Amino acid sequence: MQKHKKAILYLEDGLFFEGKSLGSAGETSGEVCFNTGMTGYQEILTDPSYAKQMVAMCSPHIGNYGANNSDVESSKVYATGFIIKSESLISSNWRSTATLSEFLKKNGVVGIQDIDTRALTLHIRDNGAMNGIISTKDFKLTSLKEKIKKIPSMEGLDLAKEVSINRKKILFPKNKTKYRIAAIDYGMKSNIYNIMLEHDAEVCLFPATATAKTILNYNPDGIFLSNGPGDPAAIDYGIKTVKKLLGKKPIFGICLGHQILALALDAKTFKMKFGHRGINQPVKNLKNDKIEITSQNHGFAVDPESLPSNTIITHIHLNDTTVAGIECKSLQAYSVQYHPESSPGPHDSRYIFKQFFQMMDKNAKKK
Amino acid sequence: MPKRNDIKKILVIGAGPIIIGQACEFDYSGTQAIKALKEEGYKVVLINSNPATIMTDPQFSDKTYIEPITKEYVEAIIKKEKPHAILPTVGGQTALNIAMELYDDGILKKYNVELIGANKQAIETAESREKFKEAMTDIGLDVPYGYIVQSVEDGINLLDNISLPAIIRPSFTLGGSGGSVAFNEEEFKIAINQGIKESPVNQVLVEEYLFGWKEYELEVIRDLNDNVIIICSIENIDPMGIHTGDSVTVAPAMTLTDKEFQKMRNWAIKCIRKIGVDTGGSNVQFAVNPENGRMVIIEMNPRVSRSSALASKATGFPIAKIAAKLAVGYSLDELNNDITNRTLAAFEPAIDYIVTKIPRFDFEKFPSASGKLGVQMQSVGEVMSIGRTFRESFQKAFRSLELNLPGLSPKDPTDNDSEIKRFRSLDIKSLNRGSSFRMLKVKEALIQGFSIDEIYHNTGIDPWFLHEIAEIVNIEQSYTSIKDLKFLKKNGFSDKQIAHITKKSLSDIQNTREKKKIKPVYKVVDTCAGEFVAETPYCYSTYEETHDIQPLKGKKVMILGGGPNRIGQGIEFDYCCVQAVYGLREAGYKSIMVNCNPETVSTDFDLADRLYFEPITFEDVMNIIDFEKPDGVLVQFGGQTPLKIANQLKEAGIKIFGTSSDSINLAEDREAFTKLVNKIEVTIPNYCIAKNYDEIVAYSEKATFPVLVRPSYVLGGRAMQIVYSKKELVDYVFRSAEATSDHPILIDQFIENAFEFDVDALCDGKDVFIAGIMQHIEEAGIHSGDSSCVLPAHKISNKVKKEIIDVTTKLAKALNVVGLINLQFAVKDEIVYVLEVNPRSSRTVPFVSKYSNIPLANIAAQLSVGKKLKDFELKNIKHKHIAVKKAVLPFKKFKDEKVFLGPEMKSTGEVMGINDSVGVAFLKAMQSDGYTVPNKGTAFISVNKADRREALAAARDLIQIGFDIIATEGTAKYLLKNNVPCEQIFKVGEGRPNVVDEILNDNIQFVINTPLGSKSRYDEEAIGKTSVMKNILTITTMSGARAAIEAISLSEKIKVKALQEYFK
Repeated sequence: MQKHKKAILYLEDGLFFEGKSLGSAGETSGEVCFNTGMTGYQEILTDPSYAKQMVAMCSPHIGNYGANNSDVESSKVYATGFIIKSESLISSNWRSTATLSEFLKKNGVVGIQDIDTRALTLHIRDNGAMNGIISTKDFKLTSLKEKIKKIPSMEGLDLAKEVSINRKKILFPKNKTKYRIAAIDYGMKSNIYNIMLEHDAEVCLFPATATAKTILNYNPDGIFLSNGPGDPAAIDYGIKTVKKLLGKKPIFGICLGHQILALALDAKTFKMKFGHRGINQPVKNLKNDKIEITSQNHGFAVDPESLPSNTIITHIHLNDTTVAGIECKSLQAYSVQYHPESSPGPHDSRYIFKQFFQMMDKNAKKK
Repeated sequence: MPKRNDIKKILVIGAGPIIIGQACEFDYSGTQAIKALKEEGYKVVLINSNPATIMTDPQFSDKTYIEPITKEYVEAIIKKEKPHAILPTVGGQTALNIAMELYDDGILKKYNVELIGANKQAIETAESREKFKEAMTDIGLDVPYGYIVQSVEDGINLLDNISLPAIIRPSFTLGGSGGSVAFNEEEFKIAINQGIKESPVNQVLVEEYLFGWKEYELEVIRDLNDNVIIICSIENIDPMGIHTGDSVTVAPAMTLTDKEFQKMRNWAIKCIRKIGVDTGGSNVQFAVNPENGRMVIIEMNPRVSRSSALASKATGFPIAKIAAKLAVGYSLDELNNDITNRTLAAFEPAIDYIVTKIPRFDFEKFPSASGKLGVQMQSVGEVMSIGRTFRESFQKAFRSLELNLPGLSPKDPTDNDSEIKRFRSLDIKSLNRGSSFRMLKVKEALIQGFSIDEIYHNTGIDPWFLHEIAEIVNIEQSYTSIKDLKFLKKNGFSDKQIAHITKKSLSDIQNTREKKKIKPVYKVVDTCAGEFVAETPYCYSTYEETHDIQPLKGKKVMILGGGPNRIGQGIEFDYCCVQAVYGLREAGYKSIMVNCNPETVSTDFDLADRLYFEPITFEDVMNIIDFEKPDGVLVQFGGQTPLKIANQLKEAGIKIFGTSSDSINLAEDREAFTKLVNKIEVTIPNYCIAKNYDEIVAYSEKATFPVLVRPSYVLGGRAMQIVYSKKELVDYVFRSAEATSDHPILIDQFIENAFEFDVDALCDGKDVFIAGIMQHIEEAGIHSGDSSCVLPAHKISNKVKKEIIDVTTKLAKALNVVGLINLQFAVKDEIVYVLEVNPRSSRTVPFVSKYSNIPLANIAAQLSVGKKLKDFELKNIKHKHIAVKKAVLPFKKFKDEKVFLGPEMKSTGEVMGINDSVGVAFLKAMQSDGYTVPNKGTAFISVNKADRREALAAARDLIQIGFDIIATEGTAKYLLKNNVPCEQIFKVGEGRPNVVDEILNDNIQFVINTPLGSKSRYDEEAIGKTSVMKNILTITTMSGARAAIEAISLSEKIKVKALQEYFK
């Protein structure tokens, strides 16, 4: 039996859990959030939207199918900590190339296991998301308490800049290019551009700080606002840029991109108590009354009251009726709070991409 | 879409009797569906022939028809009730088949009734292997390679293309019956030959055998808006090749990446859309090749199933309830998630625990069965357990099985168990076929040093699970100190196991746990992995940090459930537990249910005030008591299961409500009981408790043979036998049982040619209410659970009746019964002998309740908490109607089994016929059991001398109706002498063609064959077996024959009457 070092998870409000080390030894911190998905830990870990967050998996056994080279959403792990109940003894899957532990160690992820993750989940549910520290070397509560004070709150935090690419990068489709998409990278998941590439789109990734001019210079058919971490309201430069882009080209946003679009339309966003993180989240499409089970990962949401009159709500979240999708027809812009690219999660919402391509097709005809 | 208003009355078709492959999960789903439809204001009409179900209690439906589920009866009900729609998807295969028949015969059209929940085309495509494959290929889904074959030669030619093993499935048989796996050419030829014979179109499908492929199931729900959601993924630990009902399974799937799971999810959604199940739940099965990930779709069930019951219990999502509401027009987002009560039914459950299901087998009951598992289901029940880790959940499931396993460990080594001995010299090859104890064998193999790789190659069990089992072994061997107690508990080890591992006594472990406060916490099943606060969740134990719940407030009583279904312990006891919940509620108590059987109504989320999904062992129950501190515990409703721990509970100072465990013990203790009956002047057959061989010999000298012999403390009459001579008795002892002072052998005088009676009564310690006196139809000596009976007793003298009432009253009072009591009597020459007394709920309680419209278990629960009989003003009304109960036997599943009934119980379920005449009630019971009652043809009669006079009358009546008579020599001579024309026929062994030949040649339609003592058993056995195979009505007592003949003469007219109409 593998012997694991001791580890501690210390929360902002003083609650702590003692468990065993998972992945690398050391110390890490971030906002603790929970994800209810029963599959997809590798995609979650590599999703840039989890930057500065420590993810607790509700599902107790993690690592069962190991890790592989293709189920990743970026080239590295963004979550700053990983919290699970039980690490798998082995990895059992024909595609597996490494165990979870190997994968975490390779990426330097500090984690904790063998804690009551359900108790942690209920605590966050009842008290809201909060910062935490995982440590395998410091178990002094007084010292941890001091350290945790220094961790900034997620509210007001601009993380998109940190995870975005430094300079623009063009990805080409296998077939002949049919569309040119300018994607502003606030922390874009790879499955989003993979889907675009499959639709014969050339995707040009721009840094989060790119100006409207730079973007329009690329002469895109459409502009995509990607998902990403942090507080959307803190990305003032991004909001400014999008304001300038509105009406110029069809715009499509996902998650953080959705929130930035709303902010650019002069709506407001707010921080949710503990957000939505899972792959079982029901959304209702208000245009056709159909339900889709979606993949979600967000801690902020758009305030429906603040939406301007030219913008309609297209999708709502069924569990709490929060805004899940908006559309501003006059400005050719729409967005969804959830992840139609899934990965992990259901494929029910792939149709969301189609609208983007249709808008670009329509514009092309106009020309 | 809101609910439909164009339909107002809905007919729900139940599943009928419990059989192997179709158990009480359909009472659970049917009850849920009925409640859901009633909640929406629909009038509900129910047909179900199974009286032991909760759904047939008259308060649930507007009209409850306990009638045979055949096309004719359903048509009669449709004609009378004029329902607007039929819901055929909550009654298993039975309901679907009937719905199809009604459709095909134009009956639905004729009466303008609509099928809701599933349509004809969907059912047909899903049920036919060929059509299903075609449909799946159409939408681009991969299926196993397969070839249709019409002869053995064709099959042999195929062997150039495919390699063995292969699966051979006869075409167009329902429920996979007749399917088998051929591992070699010889088996291949036999299987094809057999399959062709069994297929109504004489063809078989030879399919690639996906041995070692991983097997998965998804439970899918669709609404009329075409919204589709997945409720649960289930992974079978036993890979392909073993019926999923016989496989150990876990939820959620453990070894799928998100990419693979989403592909499976997409396929399931495509599948339900293609098949065209408009609304409701379906189950889709997949196989995945572990080597390369190739996925194939295996089959889908367009209805709720055993798996959907499991999925409901595993996730908290009430599939049947939601399916019923979707069927009447709602969409998923218009329905509540009843567990959280703050979110909607439109979502996919997320779970943060591991669920294990283990099937329960009863191969000991069927010595002829090989015990090898295959593509045909053989299990009789199942258990489900919940833990926060696989090891915890898995070990709990073994504890739940009611096999005295303390976890994934053999029974205590002191237990004398041949099953365990067999493991000692383990042949690794023996692991390649599934068996009921394969997981224990896998563990033993690991202990004996076989590598995980070797075991994997022999079993196909995914290495993930094998490593987990290996870890259990590893922990047992490395953590042997009492200091490791907490760690061991976290890994699911029971106190008993830990005592064994640490070489301490059980009480050492218990005391240490108490001292160090190593107690479980209780978490809940909430459908959402903790994302929302849940209002009506249910609970499970785990060794972690914090409780999710507080103890229930107010006056509360714990009810211990029945555990897994097995032969001798079936749905009847779950019925009683459910009624007890209602009773407690009426008496002002909250109820706490403890049970581990996922098929049951008792484990429905909204039944008891609190449900603990836990094994019913002393340790697990005490932990809950420790946490909840209930006012008391009810042990009299869950059959044998709770009684097993009643003494321990009492010793631990726990208050047992109702009849005390001392009284229960007294009734079980022969010597004490004899003293009691002597005191109150009640007659019992003479007997002997033999603690050694000499005592047996001594008794045999003075005994009146035949005698009934059995080991003490057995359930359902296991290993019980009637022996006719001293020699046979000695033989029995040598062969089947060893007499020791701990486990003595019981020998009872067997009252031959007696009438047997069963009585259920209520007692509050002072007053007694006799609820029913049932008379057995079969000859004496057949286990009461297997024998048919008539209620009220129809052939009983006033004197005997008075005496039975008298004795019942005396015994109930003497035993200080508070609640239910069941007695069995034998009556011969007007002498009433007490055969058995059980001061608790019995198998016949639901039957008597249905007959009398008195909820006996409900009242018993109220008596237990202090109500008095006079509070209920019960009256013995002389009803005009008569009810017949018939046992349903599994001989068709176990083809080589002796069909002879005896003192050992073999039936899996029961049906009830009710009518104003015994004959029709009997007829209905026979029809409910699947017999076609003939109204012309040839009757075969062979009776013992005592029955000849009655046989003569019977023969005359049969001729009058239009039957020809054939008879064996003695009977034929007697009939001819009395001017009854008949032909003589050979007995088996006398010459050919004999009676068996004639049955096989379809020349006999009705058999009356009363027993002629031990010598003719061979003949009776041969006739019985052939009759079962050919579905020929066979009667073994003259009272049965009279009822049958009356039935035959009345069989032309079909009349249906709802229970509610009997009690107007």
